[in-house]
Amino acid sequence: MSTTALDVARIQADFPILRREVRGRRLVYLDSASSAQKPQAVLDAMDRVYRESYANVHRGVYTIAEEATTLFEAARAKVARFVGAREAREIVFTRNATEAINLVAYSWARANLRPGDAIVLSLLEHHANVVPWHILREERGIEIRWIPLTADQRLDLSDLDRLLDGAAMLGVTAMSNVTGTIVDVARLAAAARAAGAHVLVDACQAVPQMPVDVTAWDADFVAFSSHKLLGPAGIGALWARAELLEAMPPFMGGGEMIRDVTTDGFLTNDIPWKFEAGTPAIAEAVGMGAAVDYLDAIGMDAVRAHERELTRYALDVLTDRFGDRLRVFGPAGADDRGGVVSFLFDDIHAHDVSQVADEEGICVRAGHHCAKPLMRELGVPATTRASFGVYNDRADVDALVAALTKVEDFFSI
Amino acid sequence: MSGLQDLYREIILDHYRAPRNRGELPVPPAHKVEGFNPLCGDEVILYLEVEDGMVVDVRTSGQGCSISQASTSMMSAAIKGKPVAEVATLIRAFKALMSIHESKLEGADGSDGSDAGGTDLAGVRLGDLEALQGVVKFPVRIKCATLAWNVLQQGLDETAV
Ligand SMILES: Cc1ncc(COP(=O)(O)O)c(C=O)c1O
Repeated sequence: MSTTALDVARIQADFPILRREVRGRRLVYLDSASSAQKPQAVLDAMDRVYRESYANVHRGVYTIAEEATTLFEAARAKVARFVGAREAREIVFTRNATEAINLVAYSWARANLRPGDAIVLSLLEHHANVVPWHILREERGIEIRWIPLTADQRLDLSDLDRLLDGAAMLGVTAMSNVTGTIVDVARLAAAARAAGAHVLVDACQAVPQMPVDVTAWDADFVAFSSHKLLGPAGIGALWARAELLEAMPPFMGGGEMIRDVTTDGFLTNDIPWKFEAGTPAIAEAVGMGAAVDYLDAIGMDAVRAHERELTRYALDVLTDRFGDRLRVFGPAGADDRGGVVSFLFDDIHAHDVSQVADEEGICVRAGHHCAKPLMRELGVPATTRASFGVYNDRADVDALVAALTKVEDFFSI
Repeated sequence: MSGLQDLYREIILDHYRAPRNRGELPVPPAHKVEGFNPLCGDEVILYLEVEDGMVVDVRTSGQGCSISQASTSMMSAAIKGKPVAEVATLIRAFKALMSIHESKLEGADGSDGSDAGGTDLAGVRLGDLEALQGVVKFPVRIKCATLAWNVLQQGLDETAV
């Protein structure tokens, strides 16, 4: 049945939650952009830590403490390799992408930005890459400039040089969680670098969906979360150039991040531990490592091909079936967008759409998707969003179409 | 489908499709008050004309999901021409209706819950508004149903000073 790049039936068998039912129906999970489901391999890896090797990391000399430390650091190395980092120490474990971006805002930006300095953000950004900068603006009086959008919600780069002129930082998403827009990060990073600006990339949506090479991007900071990457919630990562991390002041103080502490002061630990104060999410880190192993085995090129294929199918059948009554946001084709389809259906509110869908066992997201500046730009209070993971197939899209037909019956005037 | 039919009763869909008292009133004498549900972008704007302790006229505008808009419409119909004191009781009775779920979570099935919300509310007739009771089975939607009523409360508080 599946004409996608992946053996989806085999993959589905790896995800225990997909065997459950909701309201007597097969679970159709179309909200991976919010958080992805977890394969058995991730659950097993985490379970194994707790059953066999659990102890605090970087502390004890006893056997299981060493095992836990080895597993934890091996996970870091896997994550580093997965995103093309040159060295494992360029990966700082955080709670999530939000904390990774805040780390940049609190450590690097507060050490380097002065009143009147400008940063450039795009109108596609998630609140995680907006609010930390609003906070800094209130505190420091920095200026925030916005990259506008084209009519199909790509970045409008016609004025990029002027926006970047004199800017200290560019912060941009690699893939919108609302419109799916894929941003040409390498091009933007080159322009920012030429203007003397640092580059922060929110790769929360990109890392789970496409091959990402932070070194090829030539960025300075890249943030992402494990929970969208088939891994557990509670852990994420900041990739940053080693020399930048070396120069940055610590973010939080406490255990683990120090080399020495006296009554007079402290010496910071080496990177990345300098930024990992306190006991980390140990089993979660191992789970994140298992998740990237799982995706590596599938191959991120195949994942991207699958996302593109399924998105194209969804765009085709939705327009076929509902025509102008369904307004899809974002780039028209599937080539420049990730596996995310946000839409308005007539003038039926997204909450009503997703409520009816839920009755059919279908999980779609309704709301502003933590991107209110973008929603204002779209001129809508909320959209319904379907997003795809490696375990979705055409039958899931067909189920969505059937649910929308129900919505139509229910709410038609 | 029984769950959905519970939420989207015919009378609710009717108010959603053909909302009552839509429009604006000149301010003053009317008082304008608005509220948002930041989570879903529901927006309710009320124009209240209160005179001699009576809600003599009301108009509504705004946008949002069927529940928020139907609740707004039903509320406007229920309060128009009523004494403010009676409206205040209605607000409390409606809020009590919306909180039945929490107080009666155990064994809520089948109970019509009309006795909830305290003895002084026992005699309050909610009429059509009772159709919104199905919302309590869908906790995330309760805020949609109560938005208009919170805005109304705010409006009455503001006109009282
Ligand atoms: C593009 C983007 N950035 C940042 C985030 C924040 O991720 P987290 O909540 O895991 O920190 C999300 C998740 O919703 C996202 O989609």
